[in-house]
Amino acid sequence: MSSAAGQHLLSIGDLDADSLAQLLETAEAFCEVEQRSVKKVPALKGKVVASLFFEESTRTRLSFETAAKRLSADVLSLAVASSSVKKGESLRDTVETIEAMGIDAVVIRHRSAGAPHQVARWVDRARVINAGDGSHEHPTQALIDLFTVRQVLAERAGVPSQGSGLDLLKGRRVVIVGDVRHSRVARSEILAYNLAGASVAICSPGTLLPDEVAEWPVEVLSDLDSALGDAQIVSVLRMQEERGSGSYVPSLHEFTATYGLTDRRAALLGPETIITHPGPMVRGVEISSSVADDPRCVVRRQVTSGVPVRMAALYLALSTPEESPGA
Amino acid sequence: MPESLLIRGGTVVHTASTERADVLVVDGRIAEVAASIDPPAGTREVDASGCLVGPGLVDLHTHLREPGGEEAETVETGCRAGALGGYTALLAMPNTMPATDSAAVVAQVLDLGRAAAIDVAVAGAITVGRQGTELAPLAEMAALGVRVFTDDGTGVQDAGLMLRAMQYARGIGATLAEHCEDESLAGDGCMNQGALSSKLGLPGRSGLSEEVMVARDLALAASTGCSLHLLHLSTERSLELVLEARRRGVSVTFEVTPHHLWLSEELCATYDTAFKVHPPLRSSSDVAALVAALCEGSVDAVATDHAPHPPQAKDRPFDEASPGMLGLEQAMGLTYEALGADVSVAVELFRVLSRTPAEIAHLTAEHDRVGGQSAHGGDIAQGEDANLVIFDPDGRIVVDRAKLASRASNTPYQGRIIIGTIRHTICAGDLVVEGGEATT
Repeated sequence: MSSAAGQHLLSIGDLDADSLAQLLETAEAFCEVEQRSVKKVPALKGKVVASLFFEESTRTRLSFETAAKRLSADVLSLAVASSSVKKGESLRDTVETIEAMGIDAVVIRHRSAGAPHQVARWVDRARVINAGDGSHEHPTQALIDLFTVRQVLAERAGVPSQGSGLDLLKGRRVVIVGDVRHSRVARSEILAYNLAGASVAICSPGTLLPDEVAEWPVEVLSDLDSALGDAQIVSVLRMQEERGSGSYVPSLHEFTATYGLTDRRAALLGPETIITHPGPMVRGVEISSSVADDPRCVVRRQVTSGVPVRMAALYLALSTPEESPGA
Repeated sequence: MPESLLIRGGTVVHTASTERADVLVVDGRIAEVAASIDPPAGTREVDASGCLVGPGLVDLHTHLREPGGEEAETVETGCRAGALGGYTALLAMPNTMPATDSAAVVAQVLDLGRAAAIDVAVAGAITVGRQGTELAPLAEMAALGVRVFTDDGTGVQDAGLMLRAMQYARGIGATLAEHCEDESLAGDGCMNQGALSSKLGLPGRSGLSEEVMVARDLALAASTGCSLHLLHLSTERSLELVLEARRRGVSVTFEVTPHHLWLSEELCATYDTAFKVHPPLRSSSDVAALVAALCEGSVDAVATDHAPHPPQAKDRPFDEASPGMLGLEQAMGLTYEALGADVSVAVELFRVLSRTPAEIAHLTAEHDRVGGQSAHGGDIAQGEDANLVIFDPDGRIVVDRAKLASRASNTPYQGRIIIGTIRHTICAGDLVVEGGEATT
């Protein structure tokens, strides 16, 4: 059985089913810490986690930093706006400088695809966790989505989600809607759901489908109404406003009419369908306001899951294979 | 007393045949080619046993970076790298800073070239500042000997302007060389567009963006009669388009690069910026098509697109890193291996690396060369200028980026074993490389 312990977390593509299950189980174990009056465990005491966010993201950064602190790690946070990066320092120099301060893990968000892979090559011993790279991947977001969906399915079935591995996700029908082309969340989710044995369909305007989509492990659907009929999990992607300015879709209004999860479309979904969204939501564009507040939409729970899932990611990356739980 | 040099024991590669012969060079010219030469007293001898003796290579596509990019390369270091690669003449690309778009910059680069180990010819820019909006003073540059014009780095995007450039260039007997990539299609793409770019989340640079401009320029060349050279073609379809146009009588030549013959897009999978180049490394089926065309003899020239970059231009995220890779020192071995790594390909090897490129760059004896440069790409025969390379097909060298002559180290071939090595390079009768080492 393989393990995520001691590994960089750069791409869901680097995981196998065992290490995916291990991450979910480890996150489940950390949920318990949330219930304590002192929300802290000493697991990473004495370790230093650097968070390097080269792209704005308050939510993901806070979630990672909270996770690191709950594990008793010291957190070194580089605010790019005030750093030497603004003065033209190269990514490599920035990373080598930070590593020279004796860090154990780097959490990196970058607007360029592959930046975390490059950083992983440049560091000597630190573990690298990808917190979102360009249009490539956002592995912890996909883990959060699977983790949240697994919990909801376990509650409905009246079974504990802890210890259920990937069983509850197996065979499920997932439909991912929206701008798949530019979405790092979609790339990570597609890999993760496939790894878990679910079947994935994507539904996008032709201009927002990824290139060579025929080689992706997904079914491609063009009509959202019919796609929703048998969906058990609907993942709604954020539609960036600038994509609606005419070069990818004629207008955001037309996008909403054809690919938005409107009230009418939500009525086509079964009562058990789970709706996820990586946030931040643009209400009225990819998802209507009332659907965002519908009990089937688990976006709030996804945010709550963020901390234990990122605790698991950090904990495993900084473990050696022998001492990790599940290895 | 005249300076003389005897190249002993090699296989001389003529334009259509080979022969075992000694070659005597006196005062920069070939004095004798014969089975066994008894040289005059005081003649230096170099050993060419087991080697091919051919015309010095001519690179149609070198970025020497000077002026403006001296941290990456200078005319001096680029020429040394060229000499070590078997080249005796390089065509310097005009995407310098400032661009080589005026007689003054042309004169500066030619001056620097005169002090370098090998000959430097200059390609001038087609448009002012390579901005693609107004014609550069082509005739003023032509008066200094410039015969090839290009905006390389990018193509001339405006079809109307390219048409007028061709009409103008035809009138002054110049060749236009195009970097074929339509920017409205290539956009911010940074690797070949396809399943891999899609998976990696990197914006793609499609084969289509190249082919659209190839097709456009072929139509413009057919209409104007201008001599057109297409730089670094990288897709199967581009080659089909050119070969079809040539059958219809269009005056067009094209080059492929060693990296497009040897490297494919899979190398980008780890986001290693050493493999970022424009046009990008393509699919393995495009690579196979280029190699097949080379082996069938339909490729005019192999040119390096030697593109030095300092570390800070490459130690960046993939989409931000500068495109381009080094190539001068490995091109001959890589071309020899692509052709099958057998001495039976000797004539073809020198056709694509020396004789045809010299024709395209207007550097042969038949051309009206300006600036006192000697002739390149000629036959190995009495009276010809002595620009020669002695290539050891049995030599092997492991590429080590720390040992390259270039100022930059952005080689995509780190650790690769190159089949065939340069033993000696002779430029205008001078041994500029002896025993694989630069003498200058």
